[in-house]
Amino acid sequence: MSTILPIKTPLMESDVTNLRIGDKVAISGIIYTARDAAHKRLVDLILRNAELPFDIRNQIIYYVGPSPARPGRPIGSCGPTTSQRMDVYTPQLLARGLRATIGKGNRSETVIEAMKRYKAVYFAATGGAAALLARAVKNAEVIAYEELGAEAIMRLEVESFPVVVVNDVYGNDLYREGITKYRRE
Amino acid sequence: MAIRTAISASEIIEKVSLLCMDANFNVNQDIIAALRDSYETEVSPVAKEVFAELLENAKIAHECQMPICQDTGVAVVFVEIGEGVEITGGRLCDAINEGVRKGYREGYLRKSIVRDPLDRVNTGDNTPALIHTEFVPENHLKITVMAKGGGCENMSRIAMLTPADGREGVINFVVETVRIAKANPCPPIIVGVGIGGTFDYAALLAKKALLRPLGIKHHESDTVKLEAEMLDRINNLGIGAQGLGGWVTAMAVHIERYPCHIASLPVAVNIECHAHRVKTVILGSH
Repeated sequence: MSTILPIKTPLMESDVTNLRIGDKVAISGIIYTARDAAHKRLVDLILRNAELPFDIRNQIIYYVGPSPARPGRPIGSCGPTTSQRMDVYTPQLLARGLRATIGKGNRSETVIEAMKRYKAVYFAATGGAAALLARAVKNAEVIAYEELGAEAIMRLEVESFPVVVVNDVYGNDLYREGITKYRRE
Repeated sequence: MAIRTAISASEIIEKVSLLCMDANFNVNQDIIAALRDSYETEVSPVAKEVFAELLENAKIAHECQMPICQDTGVAVVFVEIGEGVEITGGRLCDAINEGVRKGYREGYLRKSIVRDPLDRVNTGDNTPALIHTEFVPENHLKITVMAKGGGCENMSRIAMLTPADGREGVINFVVETVRIAKANPCPPIIVGVGIGGTFDYAALLAKKALLRPLGIKHHESDTVKLEAEMLDRINNLGIGAQGLGGWVTAMAVHIERYPCHIASLPVAVNIECHAHRVKTVILGSH
């Protein structure tokens, strides 16, 4: 449990089929940010059969709206936002080849099913540990929807970004397991 | 003759801007103490590690003057206005909004407010603030800024219970609210509960309940008992820090009560994440 698995993006199917819930993972490479407003736009593009601003196949989307970077720093604080709000859009992105998402909080049954089907995983980063998580971000660049401010799509270069596997490709759910183990009723 | 105290709008702007930054960079000592206690209490090794991370995060935020959480919140501002206080050189609400604007700009805090809930265009400066004013006999202007996160706010609920639902009905509603919220509001949470008043007032009470520092007991012994009972039931849910399973889901339950109509029993639950950011300044006191 306490060993940390290093993984590099892009993620292939074999990278994620190895992962199980509760695994601690350190992600290095490129990840993309998107939250509510960007998701709406991405799925609008998919529905119109238009090209997306980046190739999402085998990529990771991080649900985050960072605070502004101070001069000389790549990014401000950047912890995860609540994933549930993206549930309505996620299956369509997974169908297009998205391999993993990072956020915090529970996913819907529909998303968990879609992850099984398309061989994708869901990672959680520690919500509210945003200054600590910023240390793992080495570079950040807005690549689409700059006018959305904190909701723009950014390309982040990360080094050992710490997450835990909450939903694996086998339909398991770490949150459900945790509650079952520690409930006292 | 009544004593008049003059407070300038420019002083309010300056102080509000500093409160916004201070709240976002520096975790209050009561929260640090509660996180340390939770670290000791927690039996799940995974959840224990979360508490260690949060303490480390608080340290980094303070040292680097970075926001504790990237969601630097909606600025909820509570103002106590002494009856003898006179604001000079501008209007109170304008000064507060200008202070928020300045604090969020100069502190590199995130701008998280949209001008309309349906067209969703960002105002770009984190205003308007949500301002609650109250007149008090003290000859001062007390300003409290709460930077309230959206994720936990979204997990809040209100119910118009009936008098027959009583104490048990209230407890059940509060516990159910936390159960439904699961991992979403960034547990360990603080649970603010408003009981009584009206539909709107119960919600305000719930938010005000969050202003009481952790570790400070309520002045009514029955409320202390009720808070302990709710906290116990919430922590039996097993949700734990970040929803990963554990014994500490909430670090505190804070309740405020108020008289209400013979037909009513309003209950509001305002969920607050561990990144509880509240700072206060008192101006013009002698």
